[in-house]
Amino acid sequence: MAYESLQEIITVCKEQDKPFWEVILEEDISERDVTRQDSLDKMRSTWDAMLLAAATYESNLKSKSGLVGGDGAKMEQYQHSAREQSLCGEYVDGCIAGALQMGESNACMKRIVAAPTAGACGVLPAVLVPYFQKRERNTQKMLEAMYVAAGIGQVIAARASISGAAGGCQAEIGSASAMAAGALVHLQGGDCEQIAHAAAMALKNLLGLVCDPVAGLVEVPCVKRNVIGTVNALSCADMVMAGITSRIPPDQVIDAMKEVGDKMDVSFRETALGGLAVTPAGMDAARRVLG
Amino acid sequence: MIMNLFDILGPVMVGPSSSHTAGAVRIGYVASRLLEDEPVKVDIVLHGSFATTGVGHGTDKALIAGLLGMAPDDIRIPQSFELAKKNGLAFSFTNKTLKDAHPNTAVLKLTGKHGKQLEIQAASIGGGRIMIHKLDGVAVVFSAEKPTLIVYNQDQPGYVAQVTTSLSKRNVNIATMNLYRDKRGGFAVMVLETDQQIPLEAIHMLEQLEGIMKVSYIDTEE
Ligand code: SF4
Repeated sequence: MAYESLQEIITVCKEQDKPFWEVILEEDISERDVTRQDSLDKMRSTWDAMLLAAATYESNLKSKSGLVGGDGAKMEQYQHSAREQSLCGEYVDGCIAGALQMGESNACMKRIVAAPTAGACGVLPAVLVPYFQKRERNTQKMLEAMYVAAGIGQVIAARASISGAAGGCQAEIGSASAMAAGALVHLQGGDCEQIAHAAAMALKNLLGLVCDPVAGLVEVPCVKRNVIGTVNALSCADMVMAGITSRIPPDQVIDAMKEVGDKMDVSFRETALGGLAVTPAGMDAARRVLG
Repeated sequence: MIMNLFDILGPVMVGPSSSHTAGAVRIGYVASRLLEDEPVKVDIVLHGSFATTGVGHGTDKALIAGLLGMAPDDIRIPQSFELAKKNGLAFSFTNKTLKDAHPNTAVLKLTGKHGKQLEIQAASIGGGRIMIHKLDGVAVVFSAEKPTLIVYNQDQPGYVAQVTTSLSKRNVNIATMNLYRDKRGGFAVMVLETDQQIPLEAIHMLEQLEGIMKVSYIDTEE
């Protein structure tokens, strides 16, 4: 049975003296009734699909509405040319570029890995792929980080939601960011409690984020929201590694996210009836797209 | 909602939307499998959010891609219209508001190369998953995630037992079974989901039974 609280996972980690990812892997083995090798193989192919998607970005593509495309290339260009000038620095700029590129690939009908949704598919690869390419080329560790991310996502899905229609964008980009933060902490050598605290902080920071897609399409603001999910994950992972904890326990943060989602007006839950979708510019775009 | 690990990290799919794109591919795929013939003509009605944001999400291309046999992660999905032309599949789209339908609903009227016909109404219910709501005018409910056997038979007693015994004889475990009636036509549609794949010869045997009009079978893709 999938875990319904991060605390349960932490307890199992401690009782059995196992890392977070191992506990999630074992849960998958029993939940789907597969062998350890089956589970690892499937995670490997998911990771490969992510790497392939990151490597096959096409800067000349435009989305159906014409609103999205090409920004990931601009950011990549800036990453390489503006080393002195950039505020975030080359490494983070690369993560930002990765988030934009994956978000754009999704909007342009390229193959991506939903993580946990298609709209939020840029966050996890944006933190994992640069880590793999520039810090530690270790596939096994990447798979471990993917299990950590998935385990966090499962708990959020069980206690709250990972769908913008149900809980607003906090449930999509917020969840993706929490998953990515936990994954990063594992890569950086943090323990199971630190993983949970990074996820909690990342989710807290995006609490209340509404889902307000222009013209109802997964384009604006979705692509750039992948960037905030990414940068937020990086900073929460660093905070945790600096010894900072979430003052609100992780499961309680998830429950708060659910409460906020439940109280969120329906116009902010993927209906394109509020927020950026109903700005004059958003409405103009919608008229152009929908005719 | 309790979700398995690869519902969270996955599906691997062509964007932009799991409900409007990946789910639409599945609807097309399941429809062509149920037709059991190569589709040469399809008239598609889009309802609700499929009608309003469908084109922006590539729902139209996704449905056609599925009809051509593609899976949700097939990178040829954006080119499905051209591929349909090459494969001799004629298609049309209409937007229409249907009564009491899920917001992401499509109705597909299919004709196959050998003259087979099928009308199917299905909805994309999120995360790339789908639900079939009508088959040839009969209200049904199934997801096509497990191996699924669909038996059209005359609405008379006895058929259910015949079908179930023939499956259990072959050690196929029935997970769910539902019977749906078409009030006007006097026939019934039996939908069985099974834990194992159903051997082909069992399906052929069922087709021979008197009073059984048609048997369709979809196995799972993985
Ligand atoms: S705004 Fe809505 S559609 Fe866009 S990423 Fe956020 S939750 Fe998804």
